[in-house]
Amino acid sequence: MLDIPGSLTVNELHELIDLVKSIYGFDFSDYSKASLKRRLLRVMQQKKLSFYDLKHVLINDPAFFQMFLEEITVNVTEMFRDPTFYKALNNQVIPYLSSYQHTKIWCAGCSSGEEVYSLMILLNEAGLRKKSFIYGTDINTEMLNEARKGIYSLRKIKSYAENYQLSGLSGSIIDHFTVLYDAASIHNELKQNTLFSVHNLVSDGVFNEFQLISCRNVFIYFEIKLQERILDLFYKSLAPLGFLCLGTKETIRSDYFRKKFKAINLKENIYQKIGS
Amino acid sequence: MALNQDIIQRWQKSELLLLGGSAGSLKPIFTIVQNVPSNLNKAVLIIIHRKKNFFSDLENLFAENSRMLLKEVNDKDVIDKETIYIAPANYHTLIEKEKCFSLDVSDAVWYSKPSIDVSFESAAEVYKDRCTAVLFSGANQDGAQGLLTLRNSGALTIVQNPAEAEMPEMPQAAIDLKAADYVLDTKDIFQLLKT
Repeated sequence: MLDIPGSLTVNELHELIDLVKSIYGFDFSDYSKASLKRRLLRVMQQKKLSFYDLKHVLINDPAFFQMFLEEITVNVTEMFRDPTFYKALNNQVIPYLSSYQHTKIWCAGCSSGEEVYSLMILLNEAGLRKKSFIYGTDINTEMLNEARKGIYSLRKIKSYAENYQLSGLSGSIIDHFTVLYDAASIHNELKQNTLFSVHNLVSDGVFNEFQLISCRNVFIYFEIKLQERILDLFYKSLAPLGFLCLGTKETIRSDYFRKKFKAINLKENIYQKIGS
Repeated sequence: MALNQDIIQRWQKSELLLLGGSAGSLKPIFTIVQNVPSNLNKAVLIIIHRKKNFFSDLENLFAENSRMLLKEVNDKDVIDKETIYIAPANYHTLIEKEKCFSLDVSDAVWYSKPSIDVSFESAAEVYKDRCTAVLFSGANQDGAQGLLTLRNSGALTIVQNPAEAEMPEMPQAAIDLKAADYVLDTKDIFQLLKT
């Protein structure tokens, strides 16, 4: 295997993190190291780059960086991932939202948009689509372009059929798409009240006030201190009694934030902002 | 056989026990869960291939029959020597150098999420020779490469004898890669874990 390493030392890892931060402004220093390291090694193996080659292309080839960013951030997502979460949202949160004049939702770390459209389908089924607006943000511009298009492979959409059915919604997932050959395009009306833009949870701040923030399976890539900085950002971005949804395996650990977010569903990790 | 001094010593200094398996592994792994003493004083991580959205009572069934605390991994759980952890479905489970878990939803490895390779490889980096791993029955090759990484890092690596595994492919793949320190029958594996 030439000199492509099977491992990176702690120092090499930090050198790469510092390099990316100083040239491109993306700060990975508080990311969970085990999975970051695994993905760095995968890039090196796929592109047949030694540690020194990798540093060289990062310094000299900005076009390489876009590909690199896509590889080292995880963009795997599903529609209606964790169907029981969507069920809980429907039962415990949608009734609240329906009492509001207008609902603004932030889907943080939205990748290629599957979760934004899952939420929009849920709101549509509840008759709330026209008075709702979803902001999808991510650090990855390529993924945001995919999200804006809302076009997925038919095979992929079909693979979400089981999720959809288990989430308790009526009909079938394909009812929300226009199918052309092997592509499935989300219905136009479901795209209307969405906006996708770049936002980096590590470095960017509050940009609006929301009734609901969904940030699922993003915290798993962050160390606890970074998770807490972002919890503070979410707290400041939520309207009083606004909702925060984390991934099924992500929890709020600190006493400080446990007092600021009341768990309304501990299994699905749905919280509500209390205090002010 | 044949629990020699080497295997017993390396087992006893381990701080982490990894149990990986797929089709046909539930029975031997369940037997281990039933039989580990409450004072094992090692953390245990179980990685069994599972289908997402499959609401099995695996966790409850295991918990009811274990003398150690047993739970599904949550992100950033600190690894505790009195707990048996189960890798959750639809995530990879990794180990950080601070000895806590982190989860990852990236692509399946060998069509599997959780992947045994992913957990084994990250455990190798952190625990080195203070780790014992057992690979059981299964119908694909996940786990073999990870077991080799563990072996190269000094961990004690054990493979269930393919001749008695319900699905021999997974243990055989590890043997073919020379990832196994020892190939044992399940009764010897149970015996070792009691020493």
